[in-house]
Amino acid sequence: MVESKEIFKIVVVGHVDHGKSTVIGRLLYDTKSLPEGAIEKVKRISKETGKPFEYAYLLDAFEEEQKQGITIDTTQIQFHTKKRDYVIIDAPGHVEFLKNMISGAANAEAALLVIDANEGVREQSKRHGYILSLLGIKKVYVLVNKMDLIDYSEEKFLDVKSDMDIFLKSINVFPQKYIPVSAFHGENIALSSEKMPWYKGDTVLDALDIFEKDKEITDKPLRLPIQDVYKFDNRRIIAGRIESGVLNVGDEIVIYPSKRTSKIKSIEYWQEKDKTTKAEAGMSVGITLFDEFFYKRGEFITRKDDEAPLVGDTFKANIFWMSENRLIVNKRYKLKLVTQETECEIAAINKVIDASTLFSNDDAKEVNTNEVAEVVIKTKDKICFDEFRNNHVTGRFVIVDGYDISGGGIINGLEILDAANKFIKGNVELPITCFDEYYYLIPSNEIKKVAVERKSYKIGDRLPINGDTYYYPDNFDVVDLNNELSALIRDGRLVDLINLNEYEYKGYPVYSSDGFLANVKNQDDFINFKNDFKKSKYGLVDFANKWYDPMANKRIVYKAV
Amino acid sequence: MDRLDMLEAESIYILREAYKSFGKLGMLWSVGKDSTVMLWLAKKAFFGHCPFPFIHIDTTYKIPEMIRFRDKIAKEYNLDLIVYTNWDAINNGMGPEKGRLVCCKALKTDALQHVIDKYKFEGLIVGVRRDEEGSRSKERIFSERNKESEWNYTNQPPELWDQFKTDFPKGNHIRVHPILNWTELDIWQYIKRENIPVVDLYFAKNGKRYRSLGCAQCTGQVDSNASTVDEIIEELKHTNINERAGRAQDREDAYAMQKLRKDGYM
Ligand SMILES: Nc1nc2c(ncn2[C@@H]2O[C@H](COP(=O)(O)OP(=O)(O)OP(=O)(O)O)[C@@H](O)[C@H]2O)c(=O)[nH]1
Ligand SMILES: [Mg+2]
Repeated sequence: MVESKEIFKIVVVGHVDHGKSTVIGRLLYDTKSLPEGAIEKVKRISKETGKPFEYAYLLDAFEEEQKQGITIDTTQIQFHTKKRDYVIIDAPGHVEFLKNMISGAANAEAALLVIDANEGVREQSKRHGYILSLLGIKKVYVLVNKMDLIDYSEEKFLDVKSDMDIFLKSINVFPQKYIPVSAFHGENIALSSEKMPWYKGDTVLDALDIFEKDKEITDKPLRLPIQDVYKFDNRRIIAGRIESGVLNVGDEIVIYPSKRTSKIKSIEYWQEKDKTTKAEAGMSVGITLFDEFFYKRGEFITRKDDEAPLVGDTFKANIFWMSENRLIVNKRYKLKLVTQETECEIAAINKVIDASTLFSNDDAKEVNTNEVAEVVIKTKDKICFDEFRNNHVTGRFVIVDGYDISGGGIINGLEILDAANKFIKGNVELPITCFDEYYYLIPSNEIKKVAVERKSYKIGDRLPINGDTYYYPDNFDVVDLNNELSALIRDGRLVDLINLNEYEYKGYPVYSSDGFLANVKNQDDFINFKNDFKKSKYGLVDFANKWYDPMANKRIVYKAV
Repeated sequence: MDRLDMLEAESIYILREAYKSFGKLGMLWSVGKDSTVMLWLAKKAFFGHCPFPFIHIDTTYKIPEMIRFRDKIAKEYNLDLIVYTNWDAINNGMGPEKGRLVCCKALKTDALQHVIDKYKFEGLIVGVRRDEEGSRSKERIFSERNKESEWNYTNQPPELWDQFKTDFPKGNHIRVHPILNWTELDIWQYIKRENIPVVDLYFAKNGKRYRSLGCAQCTGQVDSNASTVDEIIEELKHTNINERAGRAQDREDAYAMQKLRKDGYM
């Protein structure tokens, strides 16, 4: 039998020149993982170019990289311990090559963040930390490198550690270890350092084996995005990779977004030894179904008993932008999510963040190179997906601008765009949300306020006073303290829209324009209500809790999305 | 899933993406172990079928066993095989004695360019691996080449989450690398697991065998007594000699391979 171990993928990130490639090179050297002649070749190059010996050359293979002493592109190298096989991914630290860093890091399960002890935390140390959190890489060790340059001082090590910890905490990254090392001299890489007796923790090599692999994605709902449909012979085979979950011959399945149902007839194979009746996440399979309707690339095959994916054309996402061309609203891009491909637009840019300073701009109109942003994306066709926190593979996408992949993103959830409903009289307008519904959405398990229709109501118009989740009396008043307008509703119709200072309490219940019942029973109450609001401009929560009963005329109803 | 299962699944996924993405697609088949494993992976991906042509660039300097093996397998698998030789260069006296890199460029790179131009390939599946050599270690899985087959390696576009480059100007093509992440040992363990036929030259005779196959003049043998797949696997587990140590063109200068590959070499 061929013995075959677990594979674990680790990316090494950090600011330019802080020693990422040297860490990897030294790790390979100390564990004797290098082919014969590799070190001699590096020595020869150093001699030819008149530069000092660099372990980094073991990774930085391009002539340009060696001449400039800088990593340009990412690479992967394999090595193994007794416990498992590792793929170590080297990433460049220069900001100009952030796209290459992301190309490497996107594959990783864990990360080593390298910081030069002498230079301390720098711009890319932070930006890389931020990118890791965005990519969903939670397993992180920080290596404080070049300890030789600061005389192996514990005090300085602790300074760097505390600096980085403050930043990482603020973006919800919690490193499992901080390891002081000198990569060039091999201190605490594979062998415990005698120069740092104050450090009692693991070497990098020992620490690698302590990273725990994520639980299998076979426990999640089945997601088999159709990659292609083959008809080479009399079989009509649906090909694709199972991204999560398991499938068995005989399973009842649902295909999204069409929601057609069928049953799995067979799992196809070429070699007799590959014949099977079950398959699981990670496998590239081909299946046939009992019902032969038209299936196409991009559709999700799921099991009837499994949780359904989300289906929609508008969603919230966190994105990172790698192109030199800025990302703008209302331009057409191509979006790729597993095997789905559709046109998309950025419907809104909610926030743009500088990933190294965490400075955030709520008014940004565009996203520039290397920025990250919170956006709302609208696709031309409905697509299937999951929230990233539930399923990484089906919850992330890339954006293609022109010929190149230019951005990547993770999905935070379906977005239902707010509709602007209004009361109108002449040129006076009062925006209202009092006829919005309150739904408990399944499967996302969140309560959402949803505008069912976008509509303006004029004087005399009949109003939708009974909804799915709310009801109003036939006669009531809407008072908007902020816009200083009041609407009078009689017999279910809008009869007037007046300025607040003309309004008098007439015994009809008073609601806010959001549809919350105010605790106003007489004109005195009303005066207090108005004055309280003015005083409480900066404490609206207290004001609302004191004056409104939000559930008086409402209930919450379950709704599938 | 174990390591080989994972590698196999990834390669099949890549092959299927390539087949879906490109109208004109072909697979380079050098008859060596790597591209023969790739041929096997294609048969698996497409359930016993090979829905694109296989291209063999024949330099006329190949070891005769390789050509015999090629023709036997092509017949057995019923392959759509394109064999191409740059006869113009050969007739003008091109050969290893003109200089190894010059010869490689003319009989392999230029020959390949002729094939691309003639058949208008948009996608070429190539069996290179990261662990073979430095410039390959930096490759993307879908790697663009311009009209002259040049590789802009200092400015490669992002590639993440198995989303590959499938958009490019007309006339350019994509080199698809399904086994980029395999190692030499993975290849042999997979050959064993799947019982894949490979050319005899890999097995030791009289204390010598080929670890890597190219043209007769430029490919040396290594000392070895490994005469079965099992023995080769055992040997590889304990050697730390570079696989391409027998390949002359890699030794010319430190960046020879990078230069060849920048100009379109596989
Ligand atoms: N003194 C000292 N120098 C080191 C140490 N580790 C790395 N260096 C040196 O720091 C320089 C940069 O190292 P690299 O490994 O190339 O840095 P990098 O982080 O990979 O750089 P980029 O990939 O270009 O971002 C080289 O000259 C190394 O020799 C160390 O522990 N001590
Ligand atoms: Mg580097």
